[in-house]
Amino acid sequence: MPIFELIFILVAALTLGAAFLVVTSKNLIHSALWLVVALFGVAIVFALLNAGFLAVVQVVIYIGAIAILMIFTIMLTRFITQSTGPRFNTNWIWALIISFLMFGGLIWIFNSWPGINTQLPPLPADFDPIRQLGIALVSPNAYVLPFELASVLLVAALIGAIIVAWERT
Amino acid sequence: MSDPVSLIGQWLQNFLIGLGLPSGLVAIILIILAILLIGIILLLIDIGLVWVERKIVARFQDRLGPNRLGPFGLIQPVADILKLVIKEDITPRGADRFIYNLAPIIALATVMLLWAVIPFTSTLLGSDLNVGILYLVAIGAISTLGIIMAGWASKNKYALLGALRTVAQMVSYEVPMVIVLLIPVLLARSMSVQQIVQEQSLWYLLLAPIAAIIFLITSIAELGRAPFDLLEAESEIVAGFHIEYTGMKFGLFYAGELLHALTVGALFSTLFLGGWRGPFSDQIPILGVFYLFVKAFIVYFIIMWIRYTVPRIRIDHMLNFNWKFLTPIALVVLIVTALLDKILVDQSTFVYVTGMLIANVIVAWTTLAILRTHAQTKRKRVGVDRPVARPELASTTPTSASTSRSGD
Amino acid sequence: MIPISWYLLFSAALFSIGLYGVLARKNAIAILMGIELMLNAVNVNLIAFWRYLSPEKIDGQAFAVIVFATAAAEVAVGLAIFISIYRRRHTVAADEIDLLKW
Repeated sequence: MPIFELIFILVAALTLGAAFLVVTSKNLIHSALWLVVALFGVAIVFALLNAGFLAVVQVVIYIGAIAILMIFTIMLTRFITQSTGPRFNTNWIWALIISFLMFGGLIWIFNSWPGINTQLPPLPADFDPIRQLGIALVSPNAYVLPFELASVLLVAALIGAIIVAWERT
Repeated sequence: MSDPVSLIGQWLQNFLIGLGLPSGLVAIILIILAILLIGIILLLIDIGLVWVERKIVARFQDRLGPNRLGPFGLIQPVADILKLVIKEDITPRGADRFIYNLAPIIALATVMLLWAVIPFTSTLLGSDLNVGILYLVAIGAISTLGIIMAGWASKNKYALLGALRTVAQMVSYEVPMVIVLLIPVLLARSMSVQQIVQEQSLWYLLLAPIAAIIFLITSIAELGRAPFDLLEAESEIVAGFHIEYTGMKFGLFYAGELLHALTVGALFSTLFLGGWRGPFSDQIPILGVFYLFVKAFIVYFIIMWIRYTVPRIRIDHMLNFNWKFLTPIALVVLIVTALLDKILVDQSTFVYVTGMLIANVIVAWTTLAILRTHAQTKRKRVGVDRPVARPELASTTPTSASTSRSGD
Repeated sequence: MIPISWYLLFSAALFSIGLYGVLARKNAIAILMGIELMLNAVNVNLIAFWRYLSPEKIDGQAFAVIVFATAAAEVAVGLAIFISIYRRRHTVAADEIDLLKW
């Protein structure tokens, strides 16, 4: 169905364009807002891949928390009238070369994988990813240990962030 | 004639197919028409909300309110909107034009996006997402982004300060709201909002009253209304993040805030008061819309009532209230509800309901007892006597001379 | 419809753009934005493989959820460090923070 391919091409172009503007924008706040657009595009890609729950979680966590936190920090760590200065390193040519090499390398690895042109399999009959995900994250045979470790990691990050950023008056 | 909306939809579809259009295009046209219809109706209700707000404020403050333009002042909102439209449109010099113009659009758009998952009747709703509750949280998160954009793009120190405080408040109060939103999800076994309404043969207000109260408080904080309206405290930071906005852009913020209050009323009534359910709402689906709006307006009245009664909260009190009071209670209520739900899952409805109610009452009582002892110990530590009417009759209590901190 | 190669190409491109952001930008927060783009590319990859190779199992989505949690934790700590550095050195440019202590 050509509509699906058209939608995917549009969303992918939007996301990659926004990502490119994130890394090349002169104004740091504009970078952060283009990052929000890019994260939104990734959420739409998740929805296209039938992972609806993850699409909404992406919006809540990345856009609702991480992007806002970044914008907060940008506002707190610069003077409003400060000139931004050059935004790229002196070695940006090497960075460009390395990223092109990485892209080429990834494409080469993907092409040498025989399953590269797998078509979309049909969804299973009782497709209920939310219930499956819920069971998998707390079931002892499945992923309860990474889940609990992720919770401990988040608590450690919370306490660590508060202590690191504490104002010692 | 009991379901006129689907009849009209069917007639339109046959008409458009009869004109020779392909059926995919007809579906898209019908969807766009439905979206436009809902949007226009909501914005018209929004205009009416301006009148409702001013009249009810006036009555709370023992005066009459606008009564010159039209009977009972009904033409007043038209005059308000005309005034906003013909005002001069100023952009501050040095402001970021694109973001400056985008912020009010996002503020209003995120409010209208919330209506996509609220079910109007059993068959009439925007989109039956199976993660509807999480969608509501996501849209709330995007609205805070609009406020940051407004505060930053105004190139004004006070606007920036107001925006940062606003976002701190909104992001903090999202935490107990998300925890409490899990309780209707738990009771209905589904995150879809339509499913939650269908399962409410008994209103969830009876099964989880503490959750309802916490949801109301955190939603008022998310709205930025009193008592949490330090964001636009006129006497302190002169209107907060929308200082630099004039004319219709300010109108968009204002209308967005009023519509958000009504949306919170609709959400509260959907999650805790049964939504479109009421007598005969199964046989005559169109009554569901009426019930939903009646309940939404009652909750909106309660929100206004709180606004015009309670004074403003200071920012450190507000953050303490959130992190030291609301979040622990929300967690405790969630754990208690989950445990009781597992224990009482196969009892009769009467036992289930009384069990839940008693558990909620116990949690509330324990909280109040803890608060009371905490206040008593604090008072003893600071050394202030309890004020009594006739001190000569009171027994002398030894006051401690300690100079400990009186902060929480 | 769409073979998996399109999604893999998309995520490889996103990863490379993020990598360029990390290696070439001076401001530390811009570097963090590049890291976020790379993590999102990894998530897209995971979910694409889940959908195309084993949609009846849920392991791909569980992995992606853990990646979400890790990204959030890392951003929180990173930004706290940036604020702390800004308070002492009054800069967050990565090439100006090159002395341990003076």
